[in-house]
Amino acid sequence: MNRQRLARSRPLAIEDLPDVVQIAQGSGGKLTHQLIETLFVPLFDNPYLKALGDQAILDPSTERMALSTDAFVVKPYIFPGGNIGDLAVNGTVNDLLMGGATPAYLTASFILEEGLPTKELVFIVESMAIAAKKAGVQIVAGDTKVVERGAADGLYITTTGVGFVPKGLQWSPAQIRAGDAVIVSGTVGDHGASVLAHRFGIDFESQIQSDTACLRDVVMAVRDLPGIRCMRDPTRGGLATTVQELSQASGLNLRIRETSMAIQEDVRGICEVLGLDALYLASEGKLVAVVAPEEADECLRIMRTVQESKDAAVIGEVTDDIPGFASLETYIGAVRVLDLLSLEQLPRIC
Amino acid sequence: MKFVDEYRDPAAARYLLEQIHKLCDAPQRIMEICGGHTHSIVRSGMEQVLPEAIKFVHGPGCPVCVTPIAKIDQAIALARRPRTIIATYGDMVRVPGSSSSLLQEKAKGAHVKIVYSSLDAVRLAVENPDSEVVFFAVGFETTIPANGFSVIRAKQLGLTNFSMLSNHVLVPPVIRAVLDDPGVRIDAFLGPGHVSTIVGSQDYEFIPREYHRPVVISGFEPNDILESLFMILKQRREGRCEVEVQYSRAVTKYGNPRAQDVVKEVFSPVEQEWRGIGAIAESGLSLRKELRAFDAYYKFHDWMPLPRPEEPCECICGEITRGVKEPRECASFGTGCTPERPLGACMVSSEGTCAAYYRYQHVTIQTGGARD
Amino acid sequence: MCLAVPAEVLDIDGSTALVDMAGVKRRICIDLLDEVHPGDYVLVHVGFALQIIDAQEAQETLELLRACFQEDLHAAAAPSTE
Repeated sequence: MNRQRLARSRPLAIEDLPDVVQIAQGSGGKLTHQLIETLFVPLFDNPYLKALGDQAILDPSTERMALSTDAFVVKPYIFPGGNIGDLAVNGTVNDLLMGGATPAYLTASFILEEGLPTKELVFIVESMAIAAKKAGVQIVAGDTKVVERGAADGLYITTTGVGFVPKGLQWSPAQIRAGDAVIVSGTVGDHGASVLAHRFGIDFESQIQSDTACLRDVVMAVRDLPGIRCMRDPTRGGLATTVQELSQASGLNLRIRETSMAIQEDVRGICEVLGLDALYLASEGKLVAVVAPEEADECLRIMRTVQESKDAAVIGEVTDDIPGFASLETYIGAVRVLDLLSLEQLPRIC
Repeated sequence: MKFVDEYRDPAAARYLLEQIHKLCDAPQRIMEICGGHTHSIVRSGMEQVLPEAIKFVHGPGCPVCVTPIAKIDQAIALARRPRTIIATYGDMVRVPGSSSSLLQEKAKGAHVKIVYSSLDAVRLAVENPDSEVVFFAVGFETTIPANGFSVIRAKQLGLTNFSMLSNHVLVPPVIRAVLDDPGVRIDAFLGPGHVSTIVGSQDYEFIPREYHRPVVISGFEPNDILESLFMILKQRREGRCEVEVQYSRAVTKYGNPRAQDVVKEVFSPVEQEWRGIGAIAESGLSLRKELRAFDAYYKFHDWMPLPRPEEPCECICGEITRGVKEPRECASFGTGCTPERPLGACMVSSEGTCAAYYRYQHVTIQTGGARD
Repeated sequence: MCLAVPAEVLDIDGSTALVDMAGVKRRICIDLLDEVHPGDYVLVHVGFALQIIDAQEAQETLELLRACFQEDLHAAAAPSTE
């Protein structure tokens, strides 16, 4: 009965969705279909998704394929400068790009908490669509589940991405050599700082914006330079963790300089106030590139022509002094080891 | 950042280091009392660029390190009480008691809230009238007035669901205890800058007068500390022994009298147990008798666990904190005791002596541009 | 024990003040101080102003240090030319 009536009426629109997410929307029944057809299909808008099959069947490629997946659980899910939606697209796209891959397809899996305002869900899905378009990827498959109120923090999104790596490109920490330059594409710690106050429920007013951004333009601009050894985006664990991981993987020492690094004034401010170290705060739209010394200047010059990396700078060099460890040259001229954090940073008073 | 960046100027740091190298002609063991100084020293890698003759002895000025296990156990016991919110500073949530930590209790369902300010704890009590809010308040002279003020505010608001589990400690008595140790090897003190904004520089005058050690009260930026070291060396060179203030932009002789009044209004001196050091007479503050309605220890006395024996391991934290021994001399160091699973106080806080040593134990960095 | 940061007082309302700590704003308690004015820099610890920073003293001590340091630079520069 109902189906007949639906079929005859005008196509459902977002306004017809219930005000808040309901358990039935994840049950696979009519409400699930309604959600997919009114929200995801029109916004993500591509033939693969429109087919509404159990899978997307993609065209073959002669290039090597890169595959990456990431779960996003950020709190709060809408934060200054972005939201979990663009983060989930940019995060996975950037992970593909760090291997030199051209990102092509994404899948998106949603875990929604019962009671999530539909308006916010729509806003987030719209942001994903915009981010995907900007990144040049299509969201070709997805899944939606709804859990009971209290069982999730608003919503979680998992994205999986496929990209293609051009022949001959072999970026990896194993390529790093002593003497290489370490470049970072801009200020660090912005995203981590933007969610800090919220995360600890501490009442601060700040204008700090997350730097969530797609790094496609940056990577594409410099990808043809043969001197690029490898790239990595300093997300979780921040710049310090990334240079430590690269040091460990290469068996060399990435030595960065405190005086060369750009950290935004208010990011530093909140770190001073809460007693945290910005070098361990996540960036979501920055990359670290290790580049052969003779190409460092050229790489920097090109990067600075791209909006997302206009503040790129050489922040250090690779040495073979302390194999397997990253280090920081402090501005008083000392060099100390940059270790992985053994525990999560918490605000402190002492 | 104004009043911060000016003290991170590399050129000024180089100048101060040169002066220090020129002046330093004999071994100097300098105790920085405050954990904030330890943090700055470790973070900037200062020991590498100082003359080898200068050795920092990390003092007892870190509330995380000196809060006794029994007190942590009390906070944990209260966290397990139904309808109770434990509000505390981020520093305290990871400190291990005898069998758990507040963070572990939180994972099991306890309501543990990290607060930025003591008044945030009061606000929690206002917002949660059906719960008891226990403010697990720790601190030295810097923090004590702010913590005390929360009790005044709670009293003004007529709150009956706010109480304080107090572990407040004082600098001068513990310095005396350190200096009275016959094994002590400390030549001078870097005085705690922020404690001194409250108490004033006069509080340390007994150190040169009775113990003949110079004190320079220092700011917290690396250049502040370098300048203070320079001032200590200069005192030695000129044969002076006195209290000097490098952190003159914030420290006066008499400190902050209003803050001192708040402390007197709310607290009274008691014997205090220091983790790794032991009990010291009149070295702590607890809530005054007439404020016992706000004292969680009395209010929930039935919930308080029996104290267990302290430091059951072969830990030598006490000797390390007094500067008598070094971490490597401890049998548990790096084996039974690590930052992830600390046994002793010095490994608990990231700025504890053992934790700082642990981070660097596997690496020796060449300094001064040495190459092979 | 001692994480305190310099903050500029923007606005005062009774016993609280809105302060700016390098772009991060928060209302803090100023009841531990006798008198504070907008434009003052205060040291903030756990949401309380502990002390007013003596800007003149700060500048004088910095200048003193800079003067020594300039003198030293000149002194160092002179013999190196011989």
